Amino acid sequence: MRKVFVEVSATFGTDGNITPHAIVWEDGTKYEIDKVIDKKNRASMKAGGLGLRYTCRIENQQAYIFYDGEKWFVEAKV
Amino acid sequence: MFYNINETYISFSGDKMENTERSILHSDANNFYASVECLYNPSLHGKPIAVAGNVEERHGIVLAKSNEAKACGVKTGDVLWHAKQKCPDIMFIPPHYDLYLKHSKMLQDIYADYTDRIEPFGLDEAWIDVTGSSMLFGSGEEIAQKIRKRVKTELGITVSIGVSYNKVFSKLGSDMKKPDAVTVITKEDFKEKVWKLPVNEMIFVGYSTLKKLMSRYIYTIGELARTEPGNMNCWLGKTGLLIWGYANGFDSTPVSAAGVNPVIKSIGNSTTAPQDILTESDAKMTLMMLSESVSARLREHEFVCETVQLSIRSANLSWIERQAKLDVPNRTSKSIFDLAMSLFKANHDGQPVRGLGVRASQLKYADFIQLSFLSDCARIFKHEELETAVDGIRNRFGHSSLQRGVMLTDFDYSKHDFKKEHLNTFINF
Repeated sequence: MRKVFVEVSATFGTDGNITPHAIVWEDGTKYEIDKVIDKKNRASMKAGGLGLRYTCRIENQQAYIFYDGEKWFVEAKV
Repeated sequence: MFYNINETYISFSGDKMENTERSILHSDANNFYASVECLYNPSLHGKPIAVAGNVEERHGIVLAKSNEAKACGVKTGDVLWHAKQKCPDIMFIPPHYDLYLKHSKMLQDIYADYTDRIEPFGLDEAWIDVTGSSMLFGSGEEIAQKIRKRVKTELGITVSIGVSYNKVFSKLGSDMKKPDAVTVITKEDFKEKVWKLPVNEMIFVGYSTLKKLMSRYIYTIGELARTEPGNMNCWLGKTGLLIWGYANGFDSTPVSAAGVNPVIKSIGNSTTAPQDILTESDAKMTLMMLSESVSARLREHEFVCETVQLSIRSANLSWIERQAKLDVPNRTSKSIFDLAMSLFKANHDGQPVRGLGVRASQLKYADFIQLSFLSDCARIFKHEELETAVDGIRNRFGHSSLQRGVMLTDFDYSKHDFKKEHLNTFINF
């Protein structure tokens, strides 16, 4: 697994909650997030690092997006 | 003889008041620095690695190692060539203190979900008093298991936790099973679990105390516990009674509340020089840099000091400490340096010196200084104003924006800012 930093469109709520809506992959493709299923603090043992892990549904597949407080990253296959 | 044996709490539960045995956890992050490095670089997992200081700056020792390196016999404090001899495949990683501080803070945030009584002991250890949290989160062991699991999933590192009714036994417990484990020591089984351990496993039993105990054929904690307290007092004084009490489970030291700053008793800096210090003029620059850092930190905390302590570490790693009193309590780098330098001149035996340290102790609040018309005091106040102005310039434009002439004798070394590099990690038990 490798760590890929991605661009994310998100809403910053007045309560401080951040909700991601779409990610832009490294090749420029934009993927809409259909639903945020869960969010928890988690370490990424595969790609390295940690942060708030959003479990999302993107095109009917489950995916994790991490927010480490500064940047967003995902665990990508090598 | 009377010994204070007070290890019970009075807790309130509804209208009922009851005596509760304390429930104290000691959490110790396993191979902390090395684990954090592995988290950010997963390719290091399962390999023998050591976090090590910079060889060129003569900080080349092992600061932390992975379990794989430990299995080859690598120990914390080993010099790098020795570690490489023990484990030829070992990889040395430079330390990233910012990451360690970040993880240490996150560890404490997890502990803070269960109690406000958290007493850090370095970056990777902490005592956590959960006596008052049992109604909310379960027994000490249950809370320890929750913390252990959360640290693993949320921070990607592991902790060993000792659970007991006092701080000393909980610390011993955290060392018993590693990594990623919880050990419980109760009033009923402490003799069976603790008394068989070597006596130097216990806090406060260092090299000198161990030597004295061994000369009296005391090798285990159990043998210490069964010794007559009067004898302990006779051999080791107050410390003897203290450790005898600890061995018998009589420790009522409280766990400090989170956010309570410990009382600062002294402020010091030390360093290992890039090359051995051979002459007084070599020592001058290092002592000046250390004195400036100590002086600036005293101003930051609004203290003056009465005593200055100098430590000298020789090239053969033996060390001495000498101290002297200032004529007038103050905090100027000039006064601290002058005294440290005179101590160096009086105590340096001509052997090559590897490292030096300067410490200010017997601190007093700067608001309550005795004023005087004597010329000495006037000169000190003048220096104080000057150095406060220097602090201001350095804060705005960087440490090297303003330096003393002596620093130009080694331009690269003089770029070190001991005040900024200082890491305050150790809090006294």
